[in-house]
Order: sequence, then C-alpha cells, then structure tokens
Amino acid sequence: MARAESELQIGQKDGGLMKWINDRFPFDKMMKEHVTEYYASKNLNLWYVFGVLSMVVLVIQLLTGIFLTMNYKPSAAEAFASVEYIMRDVKYGYIIRYMHSTGASAFFIVVYLHMFRAMLYGSYRKPRELIWLIGMIIFIVLMAEAFMGYLLPWGQMSYWGAQVIVSLFGAIPGIGEGLVDVIRGDYSISDITLNRFFALHVIALPLALVMLVVVHILALHEVGSNNPDGIEIKKKKDANGVPLDGIAFHPYHTSKDLVAIVVFMAAFFAVVFFAPEMGGYFLEHANFEPANRLKTPEHIAPVWYFTPFYAILRAVPDKLLGVILMGAAVVIPMFLPWLDRSPVKSIRYKGVITKSALGLFVVAFLFLGWLGLQPATDLYTNLARVFTVIYFAFFALMPWYSKIDQTKPVPERVVMKGAEHA
Amino acid sequence: MADNPDNLDDSRRRFLGIATGATGAVAGAMFVVPFLGSLVPSKRAQALGAPVEINIGNLETGQMARKQWRGRTVYVVRRDEEMLKRIENTTPQVADPDSAESEQPDYASNGFRSLKPEFLVVFGQCTHLGCAPSQRFEVAPPDLGQDWLGGFFCACHGSKFDMAGRVFKGVPAPLNLPVPPYRFIGEDVIEIGTETGAA
Amino acid sequence: MRRATLLRAAALCLALSASGAAFAAGGGAALDAANNDVGNTKSLQRGFKYFMNYCSGCHSAEYVRYNTIGAALEISDAELEQNLMFNAERTFETINISMRTEDATAWLGQVPPDMSLIARSKGVDHIYSFLRGYYRDDKSATGWNNTVVKNVSMPHVLWEMEGVKAKAESHSDEGAAADGHSAADKPAFDVLAAGTMSAEEYDDVVRDIVNFLDFISEPMQLERTQIGIWIMAFLVIFFFLSLFLKKEIWKDVK
Repeated sequence: MARAESELQIGQKDGGLMKWINDRFPFDKMMKEHVTEYYASKNLNLWYVFGVLSMVVLVIQLLTGIFLTMNYKPSAAEAFASVEYIMRDVKYGYIIRYMHSTGASAFFIVVYLHMFRAMLYGSYRKPRELIWLIGMIIFIVLMAEAFMGYLLPWGQMSYWGAQVIVSLFGAIPGIGEGLVDVIRGDYSISDITLNRFFALHVIALPLALVMLVVVHILALHEVGSNNPDGIEIKKKKDANGVPLDGIAFHPYHTSKDLVAIVVFMAAFFAVVFFAPEMGGYFLEHANFEPANRLKTPEHIAPVWYFTPFYAILRAVPDKLLGVILMGAAVVIPMFLPWLDRSPVKSIRYKGVITKSALGLFVVAFLFLGWLGLQPATDLYTNLARVFTVIYFAFFALMPWYSKIDQTKPVPERVVMKGAEHA
Repeated sequence: MADNPDNLDDSRRRFLGIATGATGAVAGAMFVVPFLGSLVPSKRAQALGAPVEINIGNLETGQMARKQWRGRTVYVVRRDEEMLKRIENTTPQVADPDSAESEQPDYASNGFRSLKPEFLVVFGQCTHLGCAPSQRFEVAPPDLGQDWLGGFFCACHGSKFDMAGRVFKGVPAPLNLPVPPYRFIGEDVIEIGTETGAA
Repeated sequence: MRRATLLRAAALCLALSASGAAFAAGGGAALDAANNDVGNTKSLQRGFKYFMNYCSGCHSAEYVRYNTIGAALEISDAELEQNLMFNAERTFETINISMRTEDATAWLGQVPPDMSLIARSKGVDHIYSFLRGYYRDDKSATGWNNTVVKNVSMPHVLWEMEGVKAKAESHSDEGAAADGHSAADKPAFDVLAAGTMSAEEYDDVVRDIVNFLDFISEPMQLERTQIGIWIMAFLVIFFFLSLFLKKEIWKDVK
C-alpha cells in the first residue's frame, strides 16, 4: 500500500509550477484530502458504485444540456420543431438529444439504487444524517429538474403531464388556485410557462444541483464512507493514523469505479444507440405529437421515475389528501436517521423483521411504480392502496420494529464478502 | 520502484495502467466528437446558404445589381468596353494586380477577375473591416480627384478598388474584393454560390 | 466479483427492457404486425413513391428534407426534382402541402396530420392495420369507415388498389365490442368490388408506405445503430482493460 502511494504521488512538492500554485492554492492538500489519502473501507461492494455513477450522469446531463440549449427554442411556437431540428438537421444532434433523454432516466436509476444502498447498510445513521438529508434534497431538486425538463419538448405528454402536475398545487386550501397561476405565469400551461421552466431547468436547478452535490461530498469526506458492515473504520487506525480497514480512494476505489463506469457506459450507450425510446418508457410515444390543448391523450402516464408517487396520488379518493400523501411519500425518507432505532446499521446484522420490512418496501415501491403506468381500474386502485399502506408502514413502524428486532453481533473489523470471486 | 523485488508484477501494472489510460483518452476523444460535430452549419443552415440565382438579362451596361448570398451582399456589374480598358490602366496602381494573395475561384483568377470579362461578380464587403464599398463608376468626380478611373469606394476608412475589385496601393484594405464561386446558367442567369467543382 | 458485476448489469438491462410501454391504442381493434424493414432500400423507394403520389396531396412531412431522403434512398437530385417533388423546387426543401388550413377544415373536418413523426407517435402496426382496415359504411360522411380508427375523417385513398369491402352481416359492431380483444375483434369482410391488386400485393404496398413513414420518423436510425456497434465493441475492450488494471492494483489489498 505504501508503495502505491509513493508511486502515484500527485504533483511535485519541491519547486516548479506546482509549488508556485500550491503556495497560492491548496491543490496538493485537496488532492490528498479527497483523493490519494481519503480512506474508504476495503470491502465496499457493487452497491457503492452508484454514487460515482450519479456524478457521471450529472456531467453527461450538463454537457449535453449545454449543447442542446445552443439549438433549442424555448417558445410554444418553436419548441417542438426545434427539437426535431436538433434530431434531423444538426450534425450528431440526435446523439446529444438521446444522451440527454436517456440520461434523465439513467439519473433516476442510479440515484434510486444509490438511495437503496444507503437504506441497505444504514448509511443514513449517525454520524451521516446530514449527508442523507442533503442527498434527499438533491433527490427532490432532481425531481423538479426532470419535471421541468420534460415540458421543454412541448409534446402532448409534456403539455398534459405539466397540466396535471401543476394542478396538484391547486389542492392546497386557500392559496392553491393563486399558487397554480403563479407557477404557470398564465391561466393555463402556455408559452410563458415553457419559458420560465426553461430558465429554471437550464440555470437555476442545475446550479443548485451542482452546489448540493459538492456539499454532499464534502460532508461525506468529513465523516468518511460507510461500508457494508456498518462499522466505523476510523476507530481502528495504524501508527500513521490510517484506518486499518481503509484503502486510499485513489488508486483502489478509482480503479474499481472505472470498471463500473465502463459497464455503465455500455448499458447507457446501448440504450442511446439501439433503443433510445426504451419501448416508450424513456421517450413516450405520445410526446412525438406536438402539444395540443384541444386534445387530451387517452392515457396520461408520467415518466416511469415518477410513477410510484403518482400511484400513491391516485390511490387516494380525496384530492387534497392525495396530494399530501404524495408529498409525504417523497419527504418521509428524510426522517430515516431518526426512525431507525436498531443497534446495528447494516442489513447484514439486522434481524428477520427488518429484512422482511425492507423486502416488502421494495416490492411495494416497484409495484407502485408499475401501477402508476397502468390505467386506473378498480382492481389497480385497490392494489395501489395496499402498497401505499405498506410504503408508509415501513417508515411509520420502523421505530418499533427496528428496536425489537433480533440483531446479530457486529464484528470488530470489516468482512471481505465475495473475496473468493476476486 | 527499480529495487522492488516484485518487478514482473510492476511491468504488468505499468503496462495495464498505460493501456487503460490510452483507451480512456480515446474514449474521451470519441465522447467529444458529437459535441464538436454539432457546431458545424446544420442542414438548415446549408439549405439557407444554398446557391442563389440572379437574372442579369435586364442589367444594363455600366450598371450594378446586388444579391444576398449566405448573409453577404454580392455585387454583379455589367462592365462596358470603356471600363474594361480602364482596368488595364489601373494595373500599375493596385496592390495585388494578379490577385495572387486575394480570394477568388481559379476561373476568376485573371486580369478581369471574372468568368466573362463583361460581368464582374464580387462580394460587396471591404477586405479591411467588412463595410460595404459604394459604387463609384464615374471618372474623376470632384471628391475622389482627377485620377479616379471608376471603381468602388469604401466610405468607412477610405479604401479604394478599381473596376475589377482590385484594391489600390496605400489604402487600409489589404486585399482585392473576394469573388464568390459562381457560374452562368444559360445567357441571362448567374448562379452565385455554386459548389466547388460544379463550374 | 466480475461475474456478479456482469450479472447485475445484465439484470438491470433486462428489467428495463422487459416489456415496452404499449402504444395507447385506445381500445380499438387488435393490430396486425407491420413487419417492415427500414434496411430495405427498395421497399423505402417504393414507399416514397406511393407516399408522394397518394399521401402528400394532403399530408405534409414538414421536418423531412427531400435531399435527406435522396441521400439515404440512393435517389439522385435530378430524379427527385423530375419525378418526386410535387410541391417544392429545391431538394433541400421539406415536404409541405399547398392545402390551406381553412380549406382542409372545410373539406375534411380537420387539418390532415403531419407525417414526419406519425410512425413514432402511433406505431407502425397501427398505421399498417389502419390502411388495411377501410370498409364501406354508408352511414359515414365519406362513405368509409375503419376498423382501427372509428368514424375516420380520411377517405380510403388506396381503394382502387385494394378494392371495396364491407363488414360481413354476421359481425355487427356490437358483437365485436362485447368481448374486447379477441379473434372476433377482427371482423370478416365481404368484397364488394375487386381492386387492381391481390390482397397480398396490397399488403406489400401498405408495408412499403409504413416502412417509409418509419424511416422518415427517424432518418438517422440506421446510422445510429451502425455507430452503436462500434461504440459497444470499443467499450468491451475498455471493460477488460479496466478490469485487469483493477485486479492488478487490488493485489495490494490484503
């Protein structure tokens, strides 16, 4: 390990340009703190790659977004045509556009898996509550970003999806109606709405996302990464102050992350080049028709990443209560650090009750997602109600079941699971 | 590293590091292609910049017509015998008489800077800073002096060109007025912006 | 470790592509598969010709340039200009119609939709079934009705080829609606007048048209998959290199 460090030392300490810079800007210090001497547990498994993959997708979205903006026209009269212009007339424009549309879905895939990882191994528990809270805020901003971006192509689904979602705010008693007008800037979804959603989508929210991600990572590097055993590796250090179970982020975790990034890229570009519509999930068929306010599509389904929450909304027969429950479903994971009373962090040492609860939660979440894509029949609505109850019960009952659950003893040092494969 | 006993391992590590790094660099280069590629003029821009036609059947001798191509004004002048003679007279006074430095298709790289001596086709854009030179075909007007044999005068910074669009010595403009690619379609029509090789 | 990585990645892909979101057919008749092949240039050339002759009088394709079609379908500019461009002078123009909005509304009740993206918004099977689904119906304004789009406002433009058919008496609308998407959903037809073509020949014509519409909905789809194959091949090499490097570096980790 010491060998790798000396080999891969970044920058020349003794003079030259790097010294000049380091005297004025803490480049070497930052590289040490966050890259070469940031120690994370050696037993981080596949679940731990989705954080770096989220960063990769963020970069893809920012880059493709900038280039799309060069040709996109944020006006009701021109938006749809300008997207087709990008697709057909701009050289390689279709690749950039498909990367952006695929990136939107990819973002939610990796972020959902990233969040699930945190639930699996208790990464939200003390001392990482703030990382979790910032992460949740990132998730909510990401939802807003995706929602506003979806209006921009100005297709039928863009228009009617925005119409439906914005109307939800009308359910808020008293201020609802006025609030909806303020969001739209008009009395219906219009050119004005499109223009302001564009501004928020390309400037305000991406800026917020980038800053939040920086804060998220700074907070992570302050307390250190969790691991599949939920053990604080900083408690056991060697003579040099290096955690015994820790290995440097670079080159160990970076080389591992690189493999994950390449695999992700293969999956990502397989969609971009071979199935950009992804069977109508990533690009909905009805969105290839320009927005028409005289004609509602027969079946409005949000894009797949919103459907679990949409199913909860539809499961409730009362408009206001539906909106409240949907909002609660998005926000309630924020309280996880305080709902979980288990003496252990990781699922590895939790008991059968917690494992079953998490399993049921995953099933409920996936089913809600599927139900949100289906037309609302009586059977489906009733099913959605059952899964909505499970979804909330998972959180509401956690203080109780996490406490009484029979946990296993946590070892002193991390366990290399799957080491025999490597 | 040299005194590491495990040096077989080290060479493998170094090889893999370089190979992966190089492949990563190729990946980065490939990633950049669509982004840089998207910056070239699109099909719409190409369509809007397609060749344009101008009918010169009604253009009288000694007169000039203007036509827009790719957002630039093109001058088409029907020169009379007098004008052509005067071009020979101005040759000693111009900066680039053979158009060696200036921009024109090969077929316009001659004394009259044109396909047919009768018709001059040039961009109406001064090679100094892009102003539009005005048409001053009259001989010896009071403001341009006794020696003026007709040509173009750029009011912005006083650059002067002769009846072949050649720039005079001692003015700010460095080069002759550029000639766009063009061709004759029949007797009366000039196509401006002809694809290279089509003439 | 490697096996697990691959398996998980594969599982992710599978889970995603398990089933496509169905086109919102709106409870119409079951659709027949178009089985068109965008790689078939001859079929596309025929489809283009049929489109220009039978469709482009009313339907525009406002995002599609003639020279884009020409380049992909191996049709020269001269051929385009002489035989295939009815409403345009230069090959870089898009396929537009001369019909005015007011006239279209007066004649047909609505402006005929643009065809640039119809194959992506409706699906090829929908169009294929639609163009084969016309039957005589004296109750409708145009004299035509359609099994896919009820009370369709567009008349049967290709009737001379297909001939005229009517729903057989035994299969009334009510009977078909009763049990939804079943075999009874496809009504039997009586041929009232034979067309210039056999049923198979007519299906081929429709398939060519659908194929052309599929092509113009995404003219770069062939180029896209060709580029994709190279990208995939490259990423496979990159994957193994990065994996070997990772394993080499991780030999340090005890």
